[in-house]
Amino acid sequence: MHSFGYRLNTVLTFALLLLAVLCGAASFLDAFNSPLSASSSYVQANAQVVKVNRFRRQLNGADEVSLTFNVSLDMKRLFTWNTKQVFVFLAAEYETPKNALNQISLWDHIILDKDQAMFQTKVTTKYPLIDQGSNLRGRKVDLILHWHVMPKTGRMIRDKLRLSDFHLPEAYT
Amino acid sequence: MVVIKKSRYGDQELGLPRFARVSFSSLRSAQMDWQGQKRAEIVMQFMLVVFAIAGLGIGYTIGSFPTMMLTYAGGVVITALITVPNWPFFNRHPSKWLDPSEAERHPKPHLNVAAASKKKAPKHK
Repeated sequence: MHSFGYRLNTVLTFALLLLAVLCGAASFLDAFNSPLSASSSYVQANAQVVKVNRFRRQLNGADEVSLTFNVSLDMKRLFTWNTKQVFVFLAAEYETPKNALNQISLWDHIILDKDQAMFQTKVTTKYPLIDQGSNLRGRKVDLILHWHVMPKTGRMIRDKLRLSDFHLPEAYT
Repeated sequence: MVVIKKSRYGDQELGLPRFARVSFSSLRSAQMDWQGQKRAEIVMQFMLVVFAIAGLGIGYTIGSFPTMMLTYAGGVVITALITVPNWPFFNRHPSKWLDPSEAERHPKPHLNVAAASKKKAPKHK
């Protein structure tokens, strides 16, 4: 501590160390309010397929589906003082003879604020459901809602919730 | 190794009023005395920890992350302003070095070569 530069360096380094501790403490305290394991009980959501817009076979032999569905979400309880945003996406899951599990993201959304976390919309698939092959006729498809809670500091929490399922038509439209 | 830098010309060249020259003269010196250094370190650590805890407490109860960060940042700036410059209250116990002419009257003792213990010569200008 014998010179100006030395003292300045010490202050800044110690301040930076305490900043790291502060961020760790903020992240840790946050975990008390929204326990990691019960995250899915904090979310209420529903999604129903309204209409199959298009169901065709592409030139390369893959099936392609475009849907319209109603989504209603209530994710207010996921937001704490340490939450930066919540990334939500709806995934379609189904089984084919070729793959035991197929997961395809149909629609996603970024929620920046607690006020924006409750809404209902009617929306078409942002990303079409494209199969590896042509196994979709008459297939049962589950709709699963996934969310990533991104904090300002700390660990990202990922969770999901199974919403509903539907059957694709037997023939192409 | 510690070097004392003292101005030869006094404080007139600063152009400050007389009371400022007298009470803040330590600011121009790069060297803080030993007791002052210890004090500065303790004050710095204490203040930073206090501001960190205060920031966390205020931010958590209000529920605002930016509040916590701003409180802490303000605390860091205040701490730096108090502990980093060489304020007079860090120089209450100046080290008493020997006057050069006094040192010459007491020459370095002549050491036995066989003893082979090294002594540092006292630094003086």
